[in-house]
Amino acid sequence: MGKLEIRNLNQSFTRDDGSRLVVLDNLNFEVKNKEFVCILGSSGCGKTTLLRLIAGLDCAREGSIILDGEEIKGQNPKVGMVFQEYSLFPWRNVIDNIAFGLEMKGLGKEERYKIAERYLDLVNLSQFRESYPSELSGGMRQRVAVARALALDPVLLLMDEPFGALDAQTRNMLQKELLDIWVQTRKTVVFITHSVDEAVYLSDKIIVLTPRPGRICRVFDVDLPRPRDRTSVEFAQVRRTVLDVISQNCSIQ
Amino acid sequence: MKLSSDETGRRWLGVLALVLAILVWEVIAAGIIRNSFILPSPVDVLTAFQELIGTGRLIPDFGDSLLHFGIGLAAALVVGIPIGIAMGWSRRFDAFLDPLIELLRPIPPLAWIPFAIIWFGLTAYSAGFVIFAGAVFPIIINTYSGFRGVPRIFVEAGKMLGCTKSSSLIRHIAFPAALPSVTTGIRVACGVGWMCLVAAELFGVSNNGLGMSLWLYYNLHRMDCVVVYMLLLGLTGLAFDMTFRYYIERRFLKWRTGEVA
Repeated sequence: MGKLEIRNLNQSFTRDDGSRLVVLDNLNFEVKNKEFVCILGSSGCGKTTLLRLIAGLDCAREGSIILDGEEIKGQNPKVGMVFQEYSLFPWRNVIDNIAFGLEMKGLGKEERYKIAERYLDLVNLSQFRESYPSELSGGMRQRVAVARALALDPVLLLMDEPFGALDAQTRNMLQKELLDIWVQTRKTVVFITHSVDEAVYLSDKIIVLTPRPGRICRVFDVDLPRPRDRTSVEFAQVRRTVLDVISQNCSIQ
Repeated sequence: MKLSSDETGRRWLGVLALVLAILVWEVIAAGIIRNSFILPSPVDVLTAFQELIGTGRLIPDFGDSLLHFGIGLAAALVVGIPIGIAMGWSRRFDAFLDPLIELLRPIPPLAWIPFAIIWFGLTAYSAGFVIFAGAVFPIIINTYSGFRGVPRIFVEAGKMLGCTKSSSLIRHIAFPAALPSVTTGIRVACGVGWMCLVAAELFGVSNNGLGMSLWLYYNLHRMDCVVVYMLLLGLTGLAFDMTFRYYIERRFLKWRTGEVA
């Protein structure tokens, strides 16, 4: 299972001068089990804040975040996360990075390596088993980060602009790989991005947020068959619709 | 590792400087001053070194000095690392201990000698205490700054992977992340501790010791032997530093290679 419900979610804080800054304004949405959802918005619209709340890394909020009928309070082993920046532990080699969560769960060396190797294989990095993160390219690091998050077999995978720092080709390649992995592992994915192209390529559903305060502007269902062709007319049409909505409704006031 | 011809050339420059310094020293000592009490020449020193080997006291000298140094450094590690970790991890503990540490830190280690004698008597522990007083602060400060500088993203990534207790976060995330800084602290501490050694042995805590013997031969007006001990102290200090640079850092911190190179 992996059904996520966001109900009346608000987050705000008081500025130094006493005024209120609303970051997230009454968000309501649902992510179905095994669905791939992209949250799309420009910087400053609170999308990272939203993800951190779902991850349980921040707790200051009103409203509820419910995963499979259970309220999320603090970090939860059912939720995995891939960060925007490089978050691999530089003192551990690739296999020990992937096995980290399993080690924390108390699994023995042999058992955790067996599982970790499966995920290493899944991201096609078997020949880099013993390498240290500093020896890997940006794209490889993020693939290891995906494997590391998946190794604990979470039901929900959160991804915070994981490919944002990569060049366009690597980015397209990783998007394709991510979809393959998603098909194989069937997780619910909440993916944050500011790229319309990325959102249309990846998701079943796109949630567009308005900036300042973060509100849901529009929800699109993308029912193009996969694998999607970025150059096709249908793809371009969806892109145009999303871009139009953003430029009409979601610009900063 | 293969050295480029450029690097080999620079190495030879260093050797050249050493040879030149010894030559100049020989000329001044044997040609101009001609008084082995004021400035023993390299030849005098070499002869004295052979003589000292003959007396058989060099080995016990090393033994005692390493004992004093070992006691001081071990105590500094046992006390300094936990304090550094606690101060780096908890803002409260930092606020609590910082004024005390900042007050004690500027006291020169040698100023502790009177209390060292009163508390520990004329024992190896007394010398060890003086070395401890010099070595503990670099360890505290570097451990502290290492822990303060642990990137938040590592801690959050650890939390997301089920490493949630403070003790596990320290052990599995913060300590390895801070290790480069901690080893720097230990390296500096070795240097400072070793420098305190001569003075720590000056007040007669043992019959042997490199510092002890240096004073002994000074009292005997054997300045050639004094130079031998000076050089031994210097070379041993250098050996510690080399061990750190080329063994410990390569072995435990090899993950950094990509970042430094």
